[in-house]
Amino acid sequence: MKRIAHALVAGAIFGLGLAVSGMTNPDKVLNFLDVAGHWDPSLALVMGAALAVATPGFAWLRRRGCTLDGGALPAPPGTRVDRRLLAGSVLFGIGWGLAGYCPGPALANLAHGGADAIVFVVAMLAGSQLARFLAPMEKPA
Amino acid sequence: MPTSFTPLSALIGGALIGLAATYLLATLGRIAGISGIVNAATDRRDDRGWRLAFLIAMVVAAGAWFAWSGAAPRTGFPWVWLAVAGLLVGFGTRLGNGCTSGHGICGLARFSRRSLWAVLVFMGTAFVTVYLVRHVAGGVS
Repeated sequence: MKRIAHALVAGAIFGLGLAVSGMTNPDKVLNFLDVAGHWDPSLALVMGAALAVATPGFAWLRRRGCTLDGGALPAPPGTRVDRRLLAGSVLFGIGWGLAGYCPGPALANLAHGGADAIVFVVAMLAGSQLARFLAPMEKPA
Repeated sequence: MPTSFTPLSALIGGALIGLAATYLLATLGRIAGISGIVNAATDRRDDRGWRLAFLIAMVVAAGAWFAWSGAAPRTGFPWVWLAVAGLLVGFGTRLGNGCTSGHGICGLARFSRRSLWAVLVFMGTAFVTVYLVRHVAGGVS
């Protein structure tokens, strides 16, 4: 129950952050990616501020060696940069650039109740399952 | 559609996202990568509770902000375009094992070499995609 409560708090702060930052507006994302057009640099500040908080936060937890109640932290990230990672990132980048939605903001847009986000999210879930069966992975990195 | 640069809300929203990622790692020992959370929640039953709680709270909190701020969803974007983009984002983030939040924020915050490569590749690809769509092909909407 405590885990669910923590997840609710984390998810709520995350969703609020997405919405406040304006990153739930796909036009703001596309305009960040459009340096040759009406460039909107907001996304760079969103990432910068998120990293300015998360980097020291993560470093503090890594030094501590466990979660606040003594639980395990995730294993250090893998270091192998393989074709799978690069090809996946290329496909994701194309999709992101086409519609201006990455997974978090796409889900957050479901709150609007419009068809735009529903179509995208259903396709995203389908794409993920397609990758799961067409290119199964031995072990998460 | 043009959007204006919103530095203050970008910084506040970004800081909230970083705080949420730190909170989730500090309490549950988990990485706040949205594509990873969605994939694990759709693939397996074990540990699904906290993931669904996180995602639902994220959508509800974003919706509360939309209601309070009067933010309107994007409309009129072609469905085929959304479906293709969604498929690519779902397929790509599964293959590349992460999205803007997992690689872009959590991965960079823990100095993951894989995440740095992923971010450079999906950002670069997205910049090129938007350039081609808007300035070579003449735009979608």
